[in-house]
Amino acid sequence: MTFIGNKSDLRVVGTRPVRPDGVDKVTGRAVYGADAVLAGQIVGKVLRSPHAHARIVSIDTSKAMAIKGVRAVITAADLPNIPSEEAFVGEGPMNFRDLSLNCMARTKVLYEGHAVAAVAAMTDALADQALAAIDVKYEVLPHVIDVEEAMAPGAPILHDDLFTAGITPKPTTASNVAKKVRFTIGDVEAGFKAADVIIEQRYTTAPVHQAYIEPHACVAAWSADGQCTVIASSQGHFMIRSYCAKLLGIDVAAIRVVNAEIGGGFGGKTLVYLEPLALALSKKSGRPVKMVMTREEVFRATGPTSGAVVEVKIGATKDGKITAAQAVMKYQAGAFPGSPINPGLMCAFAMYDLANVDVLGYDVVSNRPKVAAYRAPGAPISSWAAECAIDDLALKLGMDPIDLRMKNAAKQGSKTVYGVTHGVIGYEEVLQAAKAHPHWSAPLGKNQGRGFATGFWFNIGGESTGAVFVNEDGTVNVVSGSPDIGGSRASMVMMAAEVLGISYNKCQAVIPDTSSVGFTHVTGGSRVTYATGMAVTQAAQAVVEDLKKRAAMIWDISPEAVEWKDGQAVPAGANAGGFDPLPLAAIALKAAKTGGPIGSEISVNAQGAGPGFGAHICDIEIDPETGHATIVRYTAVQDVGRAIHPSYVEGQIQGGAVQGIGWALNEEYVYNKKGLMDNAGFLDYRIPVASDLPMIEAVLVEVPNTRHPFGVRGVGEVPIVPPMAAVGNAIRGALDLRMFHLPMSPPRLRAAVDAAKMPKAAE
Amino acid sequence: MSKIHVSTTVNGEAAEFLAEPQESLLDALRNTLNLTGSKEGCGSGDCGACSVIIDGRLVCSCLVLAVEAGGMAITTIEGIAEGEKLHPIQQKFLENAALQCGFCTPGFIVATKALLDVNPDPTETEIRYWLAGNLCRCTGYDKIVRAVQDAAAEMRGS
Amino acid sequence: MPSLNYVAPTTVSDAVKILAAASGPTRVMSGGTDLLVQLRSGRLKPELIVDTKKIPGIIGISGSAAEGFTIGAATSGALLSEHAGLVAAYPGVVEATNLIGSTQIQGRASLAGNLCNASPAADSVPAVIVVGGTVTIAGPAGPRTAPVESIVTGPGRTSLAKGEFIVSFHLPALKAKTADAYLRFIPRTEMDIAVVGCGVSVTLDDSGVITAAKISLGAVAPTQVMVDASCIIGTKLDDAALAKLDAAARAVCNPIDDKRGTIEFRTKVAGVLARRTAAIAVARAQARA
Repeated sequence: MTFIGNKSDLRVVGTRPVRPDGVDKVTGRAVYGADAVLAGQIVGKVLRSPHAHARIVSIDTSKAMAIKGVRAVITAADLPNIPSEEAFVGEGPMNFRDLSLNCMARTKVLYEGHAVAAVAAMTDALADQALAAIDVKYEVLPHVIDVEEAMAPGAPILHDDLFTAGITPKPTTASNVAKKVRFTIGDVEAGFKAADVIIEQRYTTAPVHQAYIEPHACVAAWSADGQCTVIASSQGHFMIRSYCAKLLGIDVAAIRVVNAEIGGGFGGKTLVYLEPLALALSKKSGRPVKMVMTREEVFRATGPTSGAVVEVKIGATKDGKITAAQAVMKYQAGAFPGSPINPGLMCAFAMYDLANVDVLGYDVVSNRPKVAAYRAPGAPISSWAAECAIDDLALKLGMDPIDLRMKNAAKQGSKTVYGVTHGVIGYEEVLQAAKAHPHWSAPLGKNQGRGFATGFWFNIGGESTGAVFVNEDGTVNVVSGSPDIGGSRASMVMMAAEVLGISYNKCQAVIPDTSSVGFTHVTGGSRVTYATGMAVTQAAQAVVEDLKKRAAMIWDISPEAVEWKDGQAVPAGANAGGFDPLPLAAIALKAAKTGGPIGSEISVNAQGAGPGFGAHICDIEIDPETGHATIVRYTAVQDVGRAIHPSYVEGQIQGGAVQGIGWALNEEYVYNKKGLMDNAGFLDYRIPVASDLPMIEAVLVEVPNTRHPFGVRGVGEVPIVPPMAAVGNAIRGALDLRMFHLPMSPPRLRAAVDAAKMPKAAE
Repeated sequence: MSKIHVSTTVNGEAAEFLAEPQESLLDALRNTLNLTGSKEGCGSGDCGACSVIIDGRLVCSCLVLAVEAGGMAITTIEGIAEGEKLHPIQQKFLENAALQCGFCTPGFIVATKALLDVNPDPTETEIRYWLAGNLCRCTGYDKIVRAVQDAAAEMRGS
Repeated sequence: MPSLNYVAPTTVSDAVKILAAASGPTRVMSGGTDLLVQLRSGRLKPELIVDTKKIPGIIGISGSAAEGFTIGAATSGALLSEHAGLVAAYPGVVEATNLIGSTQIQGRASLAGNLCNASPAADSVPAVIVVGGTVTIAGPAGPRTAPVESIVTGPGRTSLAKGEFIVSFHLPALKAKTADAYLRFIPRTEMDIAVVGCGVSVTLDDSGVITAAKISLGAVAPTQVMVDASCIIGTKLDDAALAKLDAAARAVCNPIDDKRGTIEFRTKVAGVLARRTAAIAVARAQARA
C-alpha cells in the first residue's frame, strides 16, 4: 500500500468541494426512509407494552383481524424462535436471540415500549384501530431501573437464564449482572502506596438518547416467491440484510436492502427494530408495508445509552506523575445484556502512560429499552468521571491541567490497560495545540469558569467494499458500500479523484443496494473514511494500473514504461518513446479495443485503524441564583490524521462536542414511579438549541496514520468523549464546587451552590 | 365526517386535495401532494423539521390542520429554489457544509428564508434565537449560523 | 370509532350556536399549537373542532396606549410583536407571548389559546393579569366581560360555560409612569415550558416611589398566583424591599416536583424572578411620562 498522504502532493484531498448529494438535500429531494414508496404499500404500526416489566399472559388479536381493511396482525408467534447466538458487530456484542426478542417480545415485556404485536392496515387510522383492538393480558411484575438497585440482592430479575459471566465458579442463581469484566496492568496497590496525593470520587450519569431528528422508518416487501426488498434509513444496509435474514430465518441472498438517506444515527441505527416486523407483515398481508416510528416511540422503545455509576481513584506523586489509576464501573444495558462496559473500561485512562491500572466493570440489565451504541459507546461516561478526577488532582497538586496531562501523556509505545501498545498517535500534539491556543489564556469574566478535558477512541477498520468504474466518456463512478451519514460520499469521491488525477466533478458518487456491491460492515466505529476510503482508494489505484496497461497497449510499449501523472498516462522518460500524454478520457474511449470495460471493485478488511485523541476547552458562565449555565466559548482540538474534507471533519467535531454539552447540562431520561418515561419528546428531553451555544471552534491537528494511504484516522466519535468533563471542570472553575451527577441541570447547580454556602454540620 | 375539499396554493401553484379533519398540513403535503421535503421529526412542534411559510409567516406544518389550508399561500422547501437555480440560502448551506445528514436542512432553509425576508442583516444572536425552533443533532449549529450570515451578506449584495 | 368534525364559522353568533348545540366533546381552535399536540398524543379526543380564525376581528389589534388596546382572541404572538404601539405600551405582555415555543409557534399561538389551555405554566397569562387585562366572551346569554384572572380555574380547566368562547382581550389605557415586565426561568435559552414565570406591573409617582404594583407567578401553583405586593409599595425597590419581595414570592408558591423542576428550586427561583422582573418594570416606568 502506497502512502499518498504527504500534504504538499495533494490536489483534491484537503479541499472543501460541495458534496455530491448536496443539491438533493437542500431542495428536499433526497429520499429518507419515510419518503420512500413501494407501489401498493400499506401502513404498519406496533403495539407496545405499557408496563416496565410484565409477563405476557395472553394476546388476543381476533378483534383486530376482523376489522375491514386490516390486512395482517403479527406477534412473536410469527417470527422464528431463534437460539442464542453471539456476534461482535460494529461497536458492541450482539446476541441474535436477544435482538429478536427486542424486536418482538415473546413471553415477557422488559420495558415500557417493548413491542408485543404489530399490524398492517390500509390506512393510518385503521392501523390505530387495529392496535386498540388487540387484547393483551399482562401480569405486571416489579421493575427495576437504577443500575445499583438492579445489582442488589432481591432485585426483580429480568432473565431467569442469565448468570453472571466472568465469575468463577459459575453462579447458579440468576442475576441482573450479565457480566463482570476486569482489565489490570501493574500493581495499583503499590502505586497508591507510592502516591502523595489520592483523589477518590464517585460519579453517576443518567441515560441519554442519541436523539437523531429522523425517527426510524422503512418500507418492506415480501413477494410471493420469497424475494424481499427493504428500503430503510440505516447505518448499514448490509446489517439490515444480515439481521433480517437471521431474525426471519431466510437466506441472505433473498433480501435486497436499498439504502435510503439517513437522518442521523450516531450508533442508534446500527441495529433493526422495524425492518423484520415490516417484512413479516408484508409476508402475511401480501403487500409492501411501510413503518415509521413516532418521536415518542423512538424515546420509549429504541436504545438510548447506559446510565452508570463510575467510581475512580487516582494517585500521583507531588511532581504530577500518576502512580496508579483505578475504577469500578457499573453500566445499564437495558433489557438485554450488552452495555458498552468494555470500551468504557478501556478508554478512561487510555490517554495516559501508566504502569498501574485496574478497571473493573459490570454489565447490568434493567427495565429500560435495550441500550444501543451512542458515539464512542461507553467512553464518554467513563471519561466524564476520569477527567473530572484528573482535574481535581491537578487542583490538589497545584498544577496546570494541561501540564498534568502532558506529564503523563500516552505516546508511541505506551501500553494500554487492555494490552494494546499505542503506535504513532497524536495526543501530545493535541495537548500542545490546546495549550498554545488563545482560548487557554483568554481572560474570564464574573461567574465564569474554564474547564479542560481530553478523550480517546480506538476507531476501527473492518470490512468494506469500494469500486471505481470508468465510463466510456471518461467520467467515473465511485461506488461505496457505506451509507453516507455525514458527507462521506464527498470524501470517497475526493480520494478517488486524487488517485486518478482527474477533476472531482467528473466523478459520480454511488451507494448501491446490497445486491449490487460487495459486503460492507456497519457505519460505526468511525470507520467509513478509513476502511471504505481504503477500499475506494485501492480500487482507484487498481484502475490506474489498468489505465497504464491500456496506454502501453495503445503505444505498443511495455507497461513498466508508463507512468500516471495528473490524470494522464505519460511515457516514463525519453527512452520509452516520444508519445503525447494520454488523458483518462482518451484511454476510456478505447477501452473495448484494449481489453474491455475498465473498473475495479475491492473488498478490504481494513487493519491498522489509528486511535484519535481530543482535548476540549470550555468556558461557562453560571447564574448562581438560578443555576442557569451558558457556554460562553468552546474549543475542540483533535488529531484527525488527515482531513480529507476539512469542513466535514470540523462538522463531526462540532456536532460531537454539542451532543456532549447536552449530555452534560440537560439531557436525561426521567422515569416516574411505574418505570415509565416521563419526558418522551423533544419538549422535555432537552437537546441543545441554536441559541444555547456559541460558535464551536474545531482545531484540526494532523498526525497521519501511515497505515492508510491518505493518513486517515477516524474522527466521528472522539469529539463526544471530552465535553462532559470539560463542562464539569468549567463549572468547578466558576462555582468552586464539584458536580458528581449528570446532567448538571439548573436545579442541581442551584442546590449545590446553596449546599456549599451552608456551614458544615458538626461531625 | 367525510373528507373536506381544500383548495390552496403551494409554491405558487394551485393545489387541491381531500383531507380528513384530523390530518395535519404536514401529512397532506407529504402523503397527498407528494411533497416529501418537509419532514416529521417529532409531530409536536418541537423540532421545526416540518417548517413551512404560510402567508409570509413561518409555522410548523405539523401544527396546522390540512383543512385550514384553504385560501392560504404556502411555501415549502420545494418552492425555495427557482427551477434549476438554487436560492442563495441553499447555495451557502452547501458551500459552508451546513448539513451532515440533511434531515433538518429543509426546515432550516425555510426558517432562514423567513428570517432574511424580515431582517436582512441579523446579528449572530438574532439568527440563533430565530432558529431556536429548528433542532439539529449533527452540526452543533456552528456552520448553519455561518451559512445564514453568508447568505444574508450575499443577498444584501455585500 | 368517533370521528372528528371540523367547522370554521364566519360569525360570532354562528360559532356560539355551534358550540352551544354540540353534543360531544368540543374544542375551540385558535392557533392550534396546543390543541394539535394534544390531539396527536391522545390527551384530547374531541368530536368537533370549531376554528374561530375566519370570524372577522378575531385576528387583529386596535387601540392605543391612551385608549387601551383590543386584541382579537386568535391574534398570533408574532402579530403582537409587530405592533409598535402595543410593544411600546405593554412590552411585558408582548415579550411573554413571544417566549412561547419558537418562532414557528409564535407565528400561530394566541392569547386565547394560551389562556384557555389553562396550563399553570402559560407564559402570557401572568403578564396579562398584572396589567389588568380583561376578556370579552361571547355566549348563548350574550357577550360578557371578565378579568383574565377569573378564567383559569385549575390545570386544563376554565370558567367558560358551554357555548362560550373568548372573542377579544382588552388591555386598559396606560396610566402615567406605569410599566410591565415578564421573565421566566427555563433550563435552555428557548423552547422550554416555564419552570417559573413572573409578570409584574408597577406604577410610580413623580419621585420614583412605587404607588401600585401587581405581581403574578406562573408554574408554581395549580393556577397563576398573585404575590402580596404591599412590601414594595411606598418604596423605590431598594435592597430591603427586594428581599421582602423575594420572601413574599416564595410564600405563595405551591409547586410540584416534576420533570421540569423541584419544589425547592421553583420556590427559590420564584423569589429571584420576582426581584428581577420588578426591577425591570420599575426601570421602564421611570423612563415613562
